[in-house]
Amino acid sequence: MTWVLIALLVVPLVGALVVAFLRKDDKKAKLVALAFSLVELVLAVLLWTAYDPNGDRIQLATGVDWIPAFGVRLQFGIDGIALVMIAVIALLIPLVIGAGWTEKLPAGRSQGGYLSLILIQEAVTVAVFAATDVFLFYVLFEVMLIPMYFLIGGYGGARRQYAAVKFFLYSFLGGLIMLASAIGAYAMASDELGKGTFDWATLVKVVSDADSTTQTWLFLGFFLAFAIKAPLVPFHTWLPDAAAEAPIGVTVIVVGILDKVGTFGMLRYLLPMFPEASKNLAPYVLVLAVAGVLYGSLLATGQRDMKRFLAYVSIAHFGFIALGIFSFTSQAGVGSVSYMLNHSISTGMLILVVGMVIARGGSSLISDYGGMSKVAPLLAGMLLLAGLTTLSLPGTNSFVSEFLVLIGSFPTRPVFTIIATVGMVLAALYVLWLYQRIMTGPLRGDALIGAAAGPGAVGDPEKKTTIGDLNKREIAVLAPLVVIVLALGFYPQPVLDVITPTVGATLTEVGVTDPVTVQEGK
Amino acid sequence: MNLLVAQAQTIEAPEIDYGALAPLLIVLGAACISVLLEALLPKHQRWAVQLVLTLVTLVGAVGSLILYATSERPEQGVATLAGAIAVDSPSLFLWATLLVLGFGSVLLIADRSVEPGGAFVAQAAIRPGTVQDRAQATKTGMQTEVFPLTLFALGGMMTFVAANDLLTMFIALEVLSLPLYLLCGLARRRRLLSQEAAVKYFLLGAFASAFFLYGVALLYGYAGSVKLSAIATAAGGTDRSDTLLFAGFGLLVVGLLFKAAVGPFHAWTPDVYQGAPTPVTAFMAACTKVAAFGGILRVLTVAFENTQWEWRGVLYGVAVVSMVIGAILGLTQTDVKRMIAYSSVAHAGFLLIGSIALTPEGDAPGVSATMFYLLAYGFTTIAAFGIVSLVRNSDGEATHLSQWAGLAKRSPIVAATFTFLLLALAGIPLTSGFIGKFVVFSAAIDAGLTPLVVIALVASAVAAFFYLRVIVLMYFSDPAPDGPTVTVPGAFTTIAITLGAVVTLVLGLWPTFVLDWAGTGTFLS
Repeated sequence: MTWVLIALLVVPLVGALVVAFLRKDDKKAKLVALAFSLVELVLAVLLWTAYDPNGDRIQLATGVDWIPAFGVRLQFGIDGIALVMIAVIALLIPLVIGAGWTEKLPAGRSQGGYLSLILIQEAVTVAVFAATDVFLFYVLFEVMLIPMYFLIGGYGGARRQYAAVKFFLYSFLGGLIMLASAIGAYAMASDELGKGTFDWATLVKVVSDADSTTQTWLFLGFFLAFAIKAPLVPFHTWLPDAAAEAPIGVTVIVVGILDKVGTFGMLRYLLPMFPEASKNLAPYVLVLAVAGVLYGSLLATGQRDMKRFLAYVSIAHFGFIALGIFSFTSQAGVGSVSYMLNHSISTGMLILVVGMVIARGGSSLISDYGGMSKVAPLLAGMLLLAGLTTLSLPGTNSFVSEFLVLIGSFPTRPVFTIIATVGMVLAALYVLWLYQRIMTGPLRGDALIGAAAGPGAVGDPEKKTTIGDLNKREIAVLAPLVVIVLALGFYPQPVLDVITPTVGATLTEVGVTDPVTVQEGK
Repeated sequence: MNLLVAQAQTIEAPEIDYGALAPLLIVLGAACISVLLEALLPKHQRWAVQLVLTLVTLVGAVGSLILYATSERPEQGVATLAGAIAVDSPSLFLWATLLVLGFGSVLLIADRSVEPGGAFVAQAAIRPGTVQDRAQATKTGMQTEVFPLTLFALGGMMTFVAANDLLTMFIALEVLSLPLYLLCGLARRRRLLSQEAAVKYFLLGAFASAFFLYGVALLYGYAGSVKLSAIATAAGGTDRSDTLLFAGFGLLVVGLLFKAAVGPFHAWTPDVYQGAPTPVTAFMAACTKVAAFGGILRVLTVAFENTQWEWRGVLYGVAVVSMVIGAILGLTQTDVKRMIAYSSVAHAGFLLIGSIALTPEGDAPGVSATMFYLLAYGFTTIAAFGIVSLVRNSDGEATHLSQWAGLAKRSPIVAATFTFLLLALAGIPLTSGFIGKFVVFSAAIDAGLTPLVVIALVASAVAAFFYLRVIVLMYFSDPAPDGPTVTVPGAFTTIAITLGAVVTLVLGLWPTFVLDWAGTGTFLS
């Protein structure tokens, strides 16, 4: 079944190429791009069925030599975490294409160019998760920036140039420092084995035995790259700018997918390769994580711009994910990985719904809206649902994850866990307050009843506005997400089954005994 | 009298390995023929004949090189001409690099489609602003002596990288420099800037040569010989004066670093790059870099390998200064050519890292890495300057960055190619620039220079900003209303740009072949 994995890498690239030739015909470009992204989704489903949760650590492995002089291989394979992430990318891309169906691009830009970049982004991101050669991972980690740079810079809002360059430079710097560490690991391997290699499994064996000073330095190189990518406070400042300036579909990709490479990297590279350093430095990482939870939540509460709001919500969530990863218990680890999935779905849905609000009002300022539920009740309901899953209401998918993270972290890190719980309270505050300001009360706001009415004007509920409720296309985009949110909220087992063995293997590589299972053993 | 006769009898003509020297002899011989042609041929025939001669020469030199490299030859290399020239694997690699990059540069130099009559003025000695100057500006005559000058410079560079003693090296340095000084002053447009560039380059270059020669003299005083191997032997455990050794080394290296445009000896670079005709800038940026670093590599690894612990710290600092100057000052530039000049200063810092990557055991993992970097960088630079020469307004090349705004809308292919080349200069994966950085940095980490590598990586990230700025301008800004047009290039420039861009891509994807080739052998010592 390795062909599925290869097809997953190739199909979007072929799609991008085809779409790039359709720059003259927007409609055809959209249909073709959607078709390719749906093929990708089918392939992802096949991949899921081909994966055996209790099988090898890395499955469907395949590869060829690339640069033999350095033992670099084009080597791909998946574990449970990568599988989940690839699946969620394949799920979100068609929705992004659907949601942006009628979006107007800046003058002189064609849908062909835009969708082509989106498909390239999809291929490269899938490849990042599937790479099992550290060099290849680095290469893709950096290449991943290029389509995104053009997506933000070419199709974004007023300050798009600034946001695109900032995004690129932050990630590029992080990547370069990671490269230094990767070369360091490579040098260790070539000393020890006589022949250099970047193979992930081999490097894990070699580097994890290194003394703790070496490990610490190499750890820091990788950590910086992942902390910027994830992002953890204080390396996060590129995200609000990128999220605010990018077109809404691209915001979904940045916040929902690209960021996960950071936390994925922590699980796949930091913990197994540098177990000693991971344990020693965990308290510092946890400080950043918990700071992120509080800082992100507080700033989200205070945002006036909806897209920046989304960015800070994500920063808070990444704090939770990092907390779970660095608590070193299987419950918290499983919670974190499922949080990565559920964050993509919940936040992805929230961003899409916010995008629909913005598409109606033409402004991303919260203060330009009010009482929208009167004219768009279905949209209001969707915003409420997306908001509730973001604040992890029981019965929605995120609740399972957040609960697992907190209950799993508590035995090893009670103080951090208690502080992080404050984030849950703040989440209720910022989500409900956002909903209240946009949807409830009398119809008001420049975006809804027009600037002509003057500041503070209140609309006449009897008068018809041009703002309509969700149309069929928007319903079709949101419906799958609603189903998944509720399904995973009540029955998360299929996902947990896939990720639990991988998380267990990761923790074994770190060499921690799980306090929770030990207690059960007694 | 008898004594003199006796001495005269003992002098034997040195053995000459013609097969090994063939590429060098072909280039220098053709340069001499080219000068004669310049004197004998009527004006209207010169350009075509000179061009054909130059290209045939370069192809022939590469052919003879391949013939020699694939034949049965001593693995260690041979020292010929009484040990003055060492033809070993690195020499052959650098020669091939120089010849191929020279070929690309000659194509740019020969182009007459972009600028009517070519990028070179007919009479460089006319004072700018005079009546004669204005009259000349309306004509399309071209100085065809650029071809012999280029060939001489190339011959000098080839001698330089293979020179096995310091005196030969000095002669080669002059042979390569003098034609370059002249070439810099030949720009058709902006005569004053061009002349200024030539004078600046000449004066500072003369200074650097003096430093170099002084260093040679002191080292001769130290070792009693100018041979690189003799200096190495002398430095390996004798009680001679360390002052002579290190003063000599310091002066010698200053001369070399000047040619390589390593900061803080880079002050001429931006002015000369900006003022020189763009094809010449391409030639200098690609080939002079190769030659200078070829010389540095040989001197450091052959003559001074066993004193590395004394000088490594100094060059460590120089590399840092060069990277910092290149990266930071590059940020403030508003002219494309000056920006690439500062980028070359930063690159020189990276190259120096590779050059000083010697392990305590005496291995030099940096040699093959640096040579790969030189090859990769050369091709990228030639193509980049090729593109710079295309973006023009009525006043000649539009090199001010603001004029590049919105270029992608009007010329998507040119903008995309330039973007790719800038990404290569920034060292983004899937380009040769990345592989070059990677091999240099891994060699440096092998040699225990990890902190330097971290500094280099940060400098790369800073430098990436000014490359990105150009991409932002081209893609995300609205075009200026009276912006420049992109000239449709003729065959020569198109070939040169395509060659550079394709090599940049291919070496980014499949570097193995060249990496293996660069790593086949070590310097003859």
